[in-house]
Amino acid sequence: MLIISCPWCGERPEIEFVYGGEAHIARPADPSALSDQEWADFLYNRTNPKGTHAERWRHIHGCGRFFNAVRDTVSDFFVATYKPGEPRPDLSQDDAK
Amino acid sequence: MQTFSGFNLLRRALGGHKGWQPQWRTPEPKAEYDVIIVGAGGHGLACAYYLAKEHGISNVAVIERGWLGGGNTGRNTTIVRSNYLFDESAALYEHAVKLWEGLSADLNYNVMYSARGVLMLAHNHHDVQSFKRHVHSNRLNGVDNEWLSAEECKAFCPPLNISSMRYPILGGALQRRGGTARHDAVAWGFARAADSRGVDIIQNCEVTGIRRGPSGAVEGVETSKGFIGAKKIGVSAAGHTSVVMAMAGVRMPLESFPLQALVSEPVKPAFPTVVMSNTIHAYISQSDKGEMVIGAGTDAYTSYSQRGALHITTHTLDAICELVPQFRRLRMLRNWGGIVDVTPDRSPIIAKTPVPGLYVNCGWGTGGFKATPGSGHVFAHTIARDEPHPINAPFTIERFRDGFLIDEAAAAAVAH
Amino acid sequence: MSGSFRTPSGGRIDRAAPLAFRFDGTTYGGYAGDTLASALLANGVHLLGRSFKYHRPRGLLSAGSDEPNALVEVKRDAARVTPNLRATQVELYEGLDAASQNRWPSLARDAGAVNDLFAPFLPAGFYYKTFMWPAGAWKRFYEPKIRAMAGLGKAPTLPDPDRYTQNYAHCDVLVIGAGPAGIAAALAAAATSARVILVDEQAELGGSLLAAPDATVDTKPATEWLADALAELTAAGVVLMPRTTAFGYFPHNMIALAERVTDHLAAPGPDLPRERLWQVRAGEVVLATGALERPLVFPENDRPGILLADSARIYLTRYGVKPGERAVIFTAGDSGYRTALDLAAGGVAIAAIADLRAAPEGEWPARALAAGIDVRPSTVVTGTSGRLRVNGVHLAKVKNGKAGLNEPVACDTVLMSGGWTPSVHLFSQSRGKLAWDETLGAYLPGQSVERERSAGACRGRYGLAAALADGYHAGEEAAAAALKGAKSPTRSTVASRAFGVVATETGTDGFIGATPHGRNPAFAKAFVDWQNDVTAKDITLATREGFRSIEHVKRYTTTGMATDQGKTSNMNALGIVSEALGTSVPKIGLTTFRPPFTPTTFGIFAGIARGDLFDPVRVTPIHGWAEARGAVFEPVSLWKRALYFPNRGEDMHAAVARECKAVRTGVGIFDASTLGKIEVVGADAAEFMNRIYTNAWTKLAPGRLRYGVMLREDGFVMDDGVVGRLAPDRFHVTTTTGGAARVLAHMEDYLQTEWPDLDVWLTSTTEQWAVIAVQGPKSREVLASLVEGIDLSKGAMPNMSVAEGRIAGVPTRLFRLSFAGELGFEVNVPAAHGRAVWEAIFKAGEPFGITPYGTETMHVLRAEKGYIIVGQETDGTAGPDDVNLGWAVGKNKKDFVGKRSLNRAAFFMPDRKQLVGLLTRDPKVVLEEGAQLVADPGAAVPVPMLGHVTSAYMSATLGRSIALAMVKGGRSRIGRTLHVPMPKGAIAVGVVDPVFYDAEGARLDV
Repeated sequence: MLIISCPWCGERPEIEFVYGGEAHIARPADPSALSDQEWADFLYNRTNPKGTHAERWRHIHGCGRFFNAVRDTVSDFFVATYKPGEPRPDLSQDDAK
Repeated sequence: MQTFSGFNLLRRALGGHKGWQPQWRTPEPKAEYDVIIVGAGGHGLACAYYLAKEHGISNVAVIERGWLGGGNTGRNTTIVRSNYLFDESAALYEHAVKLWEGLSADLNYNVMYSARGVLMLAHNHHDVQSFKRHVHSNRLNGVDNEWLSAEECKAFCPPLNISSMRYPILGGALQRRGGTARHDAVAWGFARAADSRGVDIIQNCEVTGIRRGPSGAVEGVETSKGFIGAKKIGVSAAGHTSVVMAMAGVRMPLESFPLQALVSEPVKPAFPTVVMSNTIHAYISQSDKGEMVIGAGTDAYTSYSQRGALHITTHTLDAICELVPQFRRLRMLRNWGGIVDVTPDRSPIIAKTPVPGLYVNCGWGTGGFKATPGSGHVFAHTIARDEPHPINAPFTIERFRDGFLIDEAAAAAVAH
Repeated sequence: MSGSFRTPSGGRIDRAAPLAFRFDGTTYGGYAGDTLASALLANGVHLLGRSFKYHRPRGLLSAGSDEPNALVEVKRDAARVTPNLRATQVELYEGLDAASQNRWPSLARDAGAVNDLFAPFLPAGFYYKTFMWPAGAWKRFYEPKIRAMAGLGKAPTLPDPDRYTQNYAHCDVLVIGAGPAGIAAALAAAATSARVILVDEQAELGGSLLAAPDATVDTKPATEWLADALAELTAAGVVLMPRTTAFGYFPHNMIALAERVTDHLAAPGPDLPRERLWQVRAGEVVLATGALERPLVFPENDRPGILLADSARIYLTRYGVKPGERAVIFTAGDSGYRTALDLAAGGVAIAAIADLRAAPEGEWPARALAAGIDVRPSTVVTGTSGRLRVNGVHLAKVKNGKAGLNEPVACDTVLMSGGWTPSVHLFSQSRGKLAWDETLGAYLPGQSVERERSAGACRGRYGLAAALADGYHAGEEAAAAALKGAKSPTRSTVASRAFGVVATETGTDGFIGATPHGRNPAFAKAFVDWQNDVTAKDITLATREGFRSIEHVKRYTTTGMATDQGKTSNMNALGIVSEALGTSVPKIGLTTFRPPFTPTTFGIFAGIARGDLFDPVRVTPIHGWAEARGAVFEPVSLWKRALYFPNRGEDMHAAVARECKAVRTGVGIFDASTLGKIEVVGADAAEFMNRIYTNAWTKLAPGRLRYGVMLREDGFVMDDGVVGRLAPDRFHVTTTTGGAARVLAHMEDYLQTEWPDLDVWLTSTTEQWAVIAVQGPKSREVLASLVEGIDLSKGAMPNMSVAEGRIAGVPTRLFRLSFAGELGFEVNVPAAHGRAVWEAIFKAGEPFGITPYGTETMHVLRAEKGYIIVGQETDGTAGPDDVNLGWAVGKNKKDFVGKRSLNRAAFFMPDRKQLVGLLTRDPKVVLEEGAQLVADPGAAVPVPMLGHVTSAYMSATLGRSIALAMVKGGRSRIGRTLHVPMPKGAIAVGVVDPVFYDAEGARLDV
């Protein structure tokens, strides 16, 4: 069971959280302006990387808030967590721990 | 290919089994092939076999990062069934079951397909409606599936607890032709049969890139053993599809999740069939060796770690002990994880891609093993003819763009 | 009763506490402190089991959790039968009843042993090569035979009555393994302020200190030092956990422990659980898991009486049991000598020491020679004899790697030592990288991933002095690392502690692979994996057949897949593959170590989760009333809901008909409290609702209700429910019973991540409100006497309106709406008052014949009106128009969740499934929900299907059956006849509008 650091509450066990899929996929401001393919890209296509992944989590059994995280999908370990609206941190210098 | 038979086994025994030859070669890659399959799991090897056998294309390489059959083929719980709801799915999985039924003879390799029955349990009114819908639809599609009352479930599988539980069993859908097969043997049998038809299986060779020409069409793959050319590339790399397809610049509607399984210590025959409960999330069967083989749904977050969380396993065993309370004293021998790639509608993609010459077979989620021969068969057709077999025609990537989802998971729906 | 092989004194058993136990029906004697294995050995019983495949007679191989052979069934009573327990781990208690397994009719005369004669025809993977003909024979004939032969013990047949509990713990330092390294690590950590837990799988802490009769530490005999050390740890507050196996290493230093609480007790008290699962989150972990002695792979190395050398020494020194009278030692290093000398001192004759090494040097060989033992360098065992017990070996000199002439040596015991394999299982589980150490011929912990360190033999630091020093250092480091983050770490004021050890250390020589024997390798059975009957020639065959990866070899031969998971076999298998392929061991790789370390009871994972504790049971405030009234309940998600309220002698059909009639003609009362409820509040609440729902909300006036439809972003119907606007900035949202949590999560997701600028707050109020539906023409009259401050008249409170006031003295949000299509109300009151208000309404309704009804009647009534149930009519593939909810889609809204998806090609297909009604030609026939619809019942398989029946009931109101269905192009088929093919024949149905009753809605407009 992972320990996840909620940006508001601090470190808590994984069972307090739910996973929310890839982060930084903003809902288009005007969906009607998108082609079917563009809409499908938003709706379905995902990076699904092997390595660091920016993703959404929600501290559902805690503060209830969504936040973003960068996690290494090979080790499962978190590299960083940050509040919604903040940019994905530049972690090129850091190793996943 | 050396024939496998009881007679040859006797004959070789007298010679101390020194006469057996390798079941497949260990070739160095050629400079170019007609077709390259990325991934030597059951699906990829089956595809190569059928390319050679049915389409006369034997100048084929199957390229594998690790060892053949080492991915989900060798990590799953080996359940085979075809009682899916939608016409498209039923046709695909039934195609596979028909091939399973003759596979040992076709491959001259005992894959131990055992039609022990697959019993899916209903625990609430909604399950009953849903499973009856399956039963009726399957009957009209020529797929066997029958409704059993709770008492009939108990008679078919006596170890089952049907009443003294949180969600008592109200009945079940039984596919008698469903069952299990020996997963490793499937990979090895297809590998041996494909190899004997000239297919090169190249293990310990990682694909690091997909080369595309000026027209955008594929030209071959970059690998840890150098560049290997091919005008057609079939990606059959369950779990890692997104990673491989990204090499060709294609984003996929996929996410990769851990899927855990476990076995108990072996015991004498004590569980006669395959039992699945989607409502309380677990399935169980007993292997030929005597181990209870147990699994459930995927873990909660995307991962390539090939392991899962203890609380997921715990929940799975909660369900197993609720269904078969006498098994609380059995002991877990081994627990492991695989990586499954999952599509938004939980149905696979077996299709051409936007890149000329690039084909993909992926998105099987938790259910890929059962489709192995059928999937390989229609994928081979798709690659050889550059157009889908009628059976896999609905399983395109474009279905997501156009909204033609084949949503088996949603059709099982949720209680209101 | 003490057993003829018991030494007159010594060991750690309690000779003052004799115990009687049974094995295969025979009663034997032992002592407290014995294991079943040591007690049987003391009685001269070596034959303990049969092997998996060939049913060869087998005895003990080891003295610990690596034992592959001596698996037994232990039975306390009919429901407490446990198969496959290792006799080496079963603690003796008075009356213990154990039996051997996998044999028939008896252990000594096992019919399955015929397999051994056929062994030449049953090499690795033989089953892949045969049994393929004729088709179907595998399932019908061969497989049942193989299954009956396979398996080990018998599965329990009765539900397990025992309890299992689950605990969580935190500590700064978790030390796994209480041998010298672990004890020293715990001492070091305990000298700081660190919270320390020390666990060991054995009944007694101490590991090799318990079998070191000659060693002294700090001038004290080893066991005395151990007792002092444990007292010191206890005094320092260290949590000592014997009988506790660390079986899994999970991410972020979460270690799973299995504590066996009562298995060793003769009469376990009812207040104790059988086992406990501990999930320990450790700041730092010290792995002090020791090393396992490796067997040697030589022909017929599996007969009873052939043991690991150090295990035999443990039986003698810890349990006072001689493994036999005359032993041959076969060794690759010093350990065999140590055993020989200890056994000789204990009265066992040592026939010879066969040493693989050409020139054994050092103190141990010298001491053996001094003791007059026949030491033979460059010598191997080339075969053994004896049926149920070894009675002799052949020894041969090895020259240039080849075994020479055989010399028979009589013995009743063969003790082998191939050197030591560090136990790196948990380190490997933690995802640490293993590194091959050429000098030690072993994989050792390399790069760590978790916050852990290994100490002692598990990282190749063999010997008592090295283990203590290495352990203490690891404990100090671990404590310092764990406390670094603490506010005021108290570091030990004592300098690093040194231990004065006097002991003769054994060297590190060892051997991996199969020893030479000069016999025809195709027919010599030299076992690598005892339990699974995998021999050296099986592994060679696998490599010959092209299985070159160690994972392939493992799977093809099944080596390492037995219940010891390769503890005894993995390294030798690697060695044989290495030799066969001419490749070095590290290049072949290593199979992955997976949890659990040793087999772990299912019950410990399931814990208390069974029956009503499997999932929480949710009930409404009115549940008790319904129970008292005799309601029949159904599970709906976690809830239990009243399905119907039968009167005496009524079946469901009669009860539902009566309940329906009451609602249509009088008044009924229904507990709708399970409906999901969400309060949507804030200045932007209406805008938020506009975006989440298909409907338009801006113009909905406060005091009005509206039926809302919610889509997933992919355009499919997700949920529905009535929404009341209480104020411009406040909505009372209801959802389906099962959808409440999902809908709230969906709303929170959009609110927090897409529209954080909106001033909206969402609160789940499902548990806050009890909801009492009062439905039927007389509902207004029933409520009239109870409400205060609410005008119930049609003009003041039309259908689909909401008013706040009081009812039965309690504040209420009173909704006027009907899912039955009648004059009706839903009374929302604070949950704490739900039962009282229900009873007040019921009392007020009695003069009107008020009738309680359940979910089945609710379903019938709504189906008569053509109202859908999300999840029943919809299945995740229906858009709003498909279920006739196109009217609820705000056409003028620029955007809402799911809108863009509705504009995709699939939603414009003429053959989309649409909601219709069905009337069977025979009004008495009720269709089966889930049945399919076809145009031509005579069509050949596969029959083209047009849709399916989603709901079907006998309508008492209409005096006939009705059904709803989703049918391809359904609206265009209204008026036509379709067919429902059933196994016994097709049923003709007319396709009709799905509203069967009061289509114009007159009954609502009163």
